[in-house]
Amino acid sequence: MIPEIGHMALILALCLGVALGVLPLLGTYTGHARLIMSARPLAIGQGLFLTLSFICLTLAFINDDFTVQYVAANSNSALPVQYKISAVWGSHEGSLLLWVLMLGWWTMAVSLFAKSIPPAMLARVLSVMGLIAIGFMLFTLITSNPFWRYLPEGPLQGADLNPLLQDFGLIVHPPTLYMGYVGFSVAFAFAIAALLDGKVDAAWLRWSRPWTIVAWGFLTLGIVLGSWWAYYELGWGGWWFWDPVENASFMPWLIGTALMHSLAVSEKRGLFKNWTILLAILAFSLSLLGTFLVRSGILTSVHAFAADPERGFFVLILLALTVGGSLGLYALRASSVASRVGFVFWSRENFLLINNILLVISTLVVLLGTLYPLLLDAFGGGKVSIGPPYYNKVFVPLMILLMISMGFGLLTKWKSIQVSELLQLLRSPVLIAVAAGLVFPFVYGSQFNWATALAVALLVWLIAASYRDLSRRVRHKGWLRGLRQLNPGYYGMLLAHIGVGVTAVGIAVVSTHEANYDIRMAPGDNLQVEQYEFIFNGTQDIVGPNYTSVQGIVKVNQEGEFYTYLYPEKRTYIARQQVMTEAAIDAALSRDIYVAMGEPLADDAWAMRIHFKPMVRWIWLGGILMSLGAVLAVWDKRYRRRRAQ
Amino acid sequence: MAMHPKRKKKLILVLLMLTGVGLIVGLVLYALSQNINLFFPPSDIAQGKAPYEKRIRAGGMVREGSVVRSPDSLLVTFVLTDYAHDVTVSYEGILPDLFREGQGIVAQGKLQPNGVFVADEVLAKHDENYMPPEVNEAINQANEMGEKAGAVYK
Repeated sequence: MIPEIGHMALILALCLGVALGVLPLLGTYTGHARLIMSARPLAIGQGLFLTLSFICLTLAFINDDFTVQYVAANSNSALPVQYKISAVWGSHEGSLLLWVLMLGWWTMAVSLFAKSIPPAMLARVLSVMGLIAIGFMLFTLITSNPFWRYLPEGPLQGADLNPLLQDFGLIVHPPTLYMGYVGFSVAFAFAIAALLDGKVDAAWLRWSRPWTIVAWGFLTLGIVLGSWWAYYELGWGGWWFWDPVENASFMPWLIGTALMHSLAVSEKRGLFKNWTILLAILAFSLSLLGTFLVRSGILTSVHAFAADPERGFFVLILLALTVGGSLGLYALRASSVASRVGFVFWSRENFLLINNILLVISTLVVLLGTLYPLLLDAFGGGKVSIGPPYYNKVFVPLMILLMISMGFGLLTKWKSIQVSELLQLLRSPVLIAVAAGLVFPFVYGSQFNWATALAVALLVWLIAASYRDLSRRVRHKGWLRGLRQLNPGYYGMLLAHIGVGVTAVGIAVVSTHEANYDIRMAPGDNLQVEQYEFIFNGTQDIVGPNYTSVQGIVKVNQEGEFYTYLYPEKRTYIARQQVMTEAAIDAALSRDIYVAMGEPLADDAWAMRIHFKPMVRWIWLGGILMSLGAVLAVWDKRYRRRRAQ
Repeated sequence: MAMHPKRKKKLILVLLMLTGVGLIVGLVLYALSQNINLFFPPSDIAQGKAPYEKRIRAGGMVREGSVVRSPDSLLVTFVLTDYAHDVTVSYEGILPDLFREGQGIVAQGKLQPNGVFVADEVLAKHDENYMPPEVNEAINQANEMGEKAGAVYK
């Protein structure tokens, strides 16, 4: 019964979505106030029915209702309950429902929080979001329905969730990532509404800015969680693979970052309005492209489920309609929202423009690497893959330029700055940054390395530039009073920029100073890595709730003294008889030590993977700082006050 | 001919931008061309269609009973097959969890002149029911060829 309620709820949500996509928009043309006012209740109704539908699917999982095909394929009665719940989005159908649910929630949030927006504008925004929702609800219902049943009788036991996904990572990574992905639909809807309306004014910018920042914050966190999860769960200690599916989430992030900055310029200076609209369209289009790449099964990836051409075709149509339609509208209407103000080279807006150009180039680089193999294959050019060195070679210089320009963005002022004043402001940050870069390798106690030195210099450059800007802002009030009077958005901005530097240092240090060993170890064997000695003390068998496991016992000494024991595992999940590696990690801000088991060899020996990963946590710490920056930014009084009006 | 200083400035700016864009495009295309790894099914490799000493990818099924481990190191050799032709792969390191005989895998590495594919990376998929599309296609192709030649490999 419960799955039928969920199914009906989804169908009802679709009906409300159709009404939402058509009626309010129609109202803005015919001028019927009632149609315009219907947007809010329709949006709320759609959101609630989607929630109900999602709850029903979750209940089917908790109750082990294996008559539901999707539950039977992805759950098992022995599965711990937290994984039964996260198994809801553990495969294609449910993850699409989660996608649609997020869209429903964002739509509902806009209708609830955006009280100061004029009804006609709100009607357009919600209608556009409703139109998107129609496409994805149809997709779910027609090609990927999670409520389909085995009738009259289902299997007695489910096939179990892929063991790889039976992890905390599955609980947090997809929902956070989707919140970000789908969150860009708000900025997209605002952009389309502005094009329909034919004007982009200061009020429009104030409305769309916080939504974009929240979505960006979620996306940042989602990507960070994905990277961290891959690091500890896939069992080989990598944190980014330039896998096409990672790229699929990274491209909207890059464009979303550009969009946030462009929105800032448009709001403060009334510039780049056209460009802002285009970025808003592109950010969501890339989210859709990502959905297509992941969900169509055309990619070979961790995230790819069994390929189904019908599904791929459906998403491709949705993608073509959305991207084609919105870009077509942009081509027709963009001139009506153009801004006609000039600006000078030595100004903050110009450095934000440079930042935008660099981010767009970076996106194109990733897009080229991701799509090139697919296009080549589609046109019969053979099967190829693009190796990570491509991305590293092109991306690193672009990011260095970006970070240099970020410091300039912090140091310059809106409108213009005297070159002499800028030079004076520049002197100490540049000197401190260069000094820090040169000194760091000696403090860190390693050989001099250009990559690390440069990354540290860039982090210090960002911190010093932030400090310079901060001191400029408080100079007339004194530090105590000055710091209190600055708004949270400003602190969020500084925090996020420093976060980029922190991530860069983590990447540079771990890439240049990590030590990785894959070796054969028999009980009693030892291996010295940096200051740590790893001694393999054999294995013991343990039994988990739905798996059995061979657990390695690895004693770790630090400079001759006992430090800790690490217990990596080789698990066999009973339902699928699938083998999974659980790495054992001792994490610290300065370094991770990482032990994972390979396969058993002769004479009780094991293939062991032992990694020393200096400062790898900094990569994710930087991402968390960026997300916190986004939280502070939306906390800003400006947005709250206007909402309260 | 003297140029108006403002125009000159603009011209320099445009030239600088064009150089910048040119440099970036050049760098990107160069990096791309250096890092394209072509995929070859075992049949192509066996028939000498794959280049030696160049980083390529090979994919197929791991032949049953072909995995041989070295007793004192992590060296392992196995046979990759599309059920029409075989290629011997050698790899030193830890194999992924879903690497098993009879499974579809993709290996990255270089083909040696002696016909052995030395892999530096072996990718198996994360779901037992999932088959890498390249491998699937390679086997289907080999099948069709075999049927045409009237010699279906079993």
